[in-house]
Amino acid sequence: MKQLWLTAKLDIVESLRARWFQIYTLVFGGIVALLFLFGLTESRVLGFIGLSRLLVTYIQLTMAILPIFVLITTVRSVAGDREAGVFEYLLSLPVSLSAWFWGKIVGRYIVVFAPVFLAMLGAVIWATIQGIEVPWDMFGYYTALLAVMAACFLGIGMLISAIARTTDMAQGAAFMVWLFLLLFLDLILLGVMIQGKVAPELAVTLALANPLQVFRTAALALFDPQLIVLGPSAYVILDLFGTAGYKVFALVYPATLGVVSATIGYFIFRRGDLP
Amino acid sequence: MIQFKNIAKTFRKARVLDGISLDIAIGERVALIGSNGAGKTTLIRCLLGEYTHDGEVAINGLDPRNNRTAVLGTIGFVPQLPPPLKMPVGQLINFSASLCGTDPQRIHAIAKRLGLDIDGILARQFVRLSGGMKQKLLIAIALGRDAKVLVMDEPAANLDPEARKIFFDLLAERLDDATMIISSHRLDEVSALVNRVIEMDMGKVVLDDKVADAVTLTARLACRIVLSRFEPAFAKALDGWNLSSRDDNRVWEGEIAGPDRLRFLGIISRYTALVSDLSLAEIQS
Repeated sequence: MKQLWLTAKLDIVESLRARWFQIYTLVFGGIVALLFLFGLTESRVLGFIGLSRLLVTYIQLTMAILPIFVLITTVRSVAGDREAGVFEYLLSLPVSLSAWFWGKIVGRYIVVFAPVFLAMLGAVIWATIQGIEVPWDMFGYYTALLAVMAACFLGIGMLISAIARTTDMAQGAAFMVWLFLLLFLDLILLGVMIQGKVAPELAVTLALANPLQVFRTAALALFDPQLIVLGPSAYVILDLFGTAGYKVFALVYPATLGVVSATIGYFIFRRGDLP
Repeated sequence: MIQFKNIAKTFRKARVLDGISLDIAIGERVALIGSNGAGKTTLIRCLLGEYTHDGEVAINGLDPRNNRTAVLGTIGFVPQLPPPLKMPVGQLINFSASLCGTDPQRIHAIAKRLGLDIDGILARQFVRLSGGMKQKLLIAIALGRDAKVLVMDEPAANLDPEARKIFFDLLAERLDDATMIISSHRLDEVSALVNRVIEMDMGKVVLDDKVADAVTLTARLACRIVLSRFEPAFAKALDGWNLSSRDDNRVWEGEIAGPDRLRFLGIISRYTALVSDLSLAEIQS
């Protein structure tokens, strides 16, 4: 356990000094600042008002940015460290492979989750100071959703890093995964598939399997489960699961996907050449 | 102590190690030499448990891959290329010391002996240090604990002559209780440090020889060189070895570390035509 925390701490310190982290923090802090600046808390669109309007916009933007950001930065830094000889040196020290791998994940998770959460927390604190009503249920669920989203894509990123032997390959693979998931969003390929008379069961299964779609549906389902906002397959899914059931699924499934991906990545990592 | 049994390693279709079998006993100081691509680094990575391979590697009977913590706790490693770590020097020392169960002050003390102003660079990023400073720090981390095996890849390549002298002294202090494997692509860089030479080529051991162990790591040589005329480039080289000059820079005197004699003579050989008198005499302790 000591080795794991030492590795996690090491990864946090390395990440805090990396340029990607500074950009990452700036992006999410900037989004919240811009949303306040544009007066989103005072607007009323599709039933979302006040801070809930800001939060739902924030999580929509986060869903667009966080997955690709986490995937690319994870594979770049892990595969890059391997190529640059960081693994050769640090893995010559007496640290177990499990402590190293999971320690890296824990450290990276903290670094990835903290800026997105703190940006949202900052919005809530600011709203409280300004006397704007805070939708605590929504804040709590979105926090959980962000936590799960970070875990899911971090796990997938670590799996890609374990498989790919070069930074270029890892980066290309990460981009392809993200593009593939993006294509199978409800309003893009799934909508077209349903129009083209593809079996609804297949469309629903694909929507349930796609973590991006799961997050999107869950984020919107809380407030306005209308067809126009959700898209066809998400509408069917909500109809089948119910809002509460789907909210639980949206947390459990991506978390499981992330943990399973990371675990497969770990076994691949420990089985092969380390540097 | 260290056993390699029929080690083979293939990358895609290239066979990098081809049936290496070696026994290295405690106290042996082995020069692992060979040209680029001979397989030295791959063999070291197999020893450190970093590469999968055919055959068996054992250190004190333990496989380094399956007993990482136990085995690597006894190995001090200095890589040829320092890793581009962004963490501060202080954290690297604390991280290594904590994993190896040693006191960071031991590492500080060795770094200071090597001439590194450790207190002044604790907050500086490792990657921002000069090549020589990185090398000194990695040596200090490897030697600042009770390692039974020292694996060093071109360890003194970036060190100035003064730091090399101290480095040899540090190795001399570990002669009785440590096995050393020193990798280099040039024998003259490491010949005086070792008592066994293993040469590799195309993934095979092509030479395995004991060498005369007459040179002590702590020996000092009094050096005097008289030049026929002043030559700025030669003077700069001699100045780099901390020799001092007189008589219009024509007579140079100073001390050379015993294990560095071959390397020193290699430098002198480039300016043979300028040398009118040369003496190297061992200083009795």
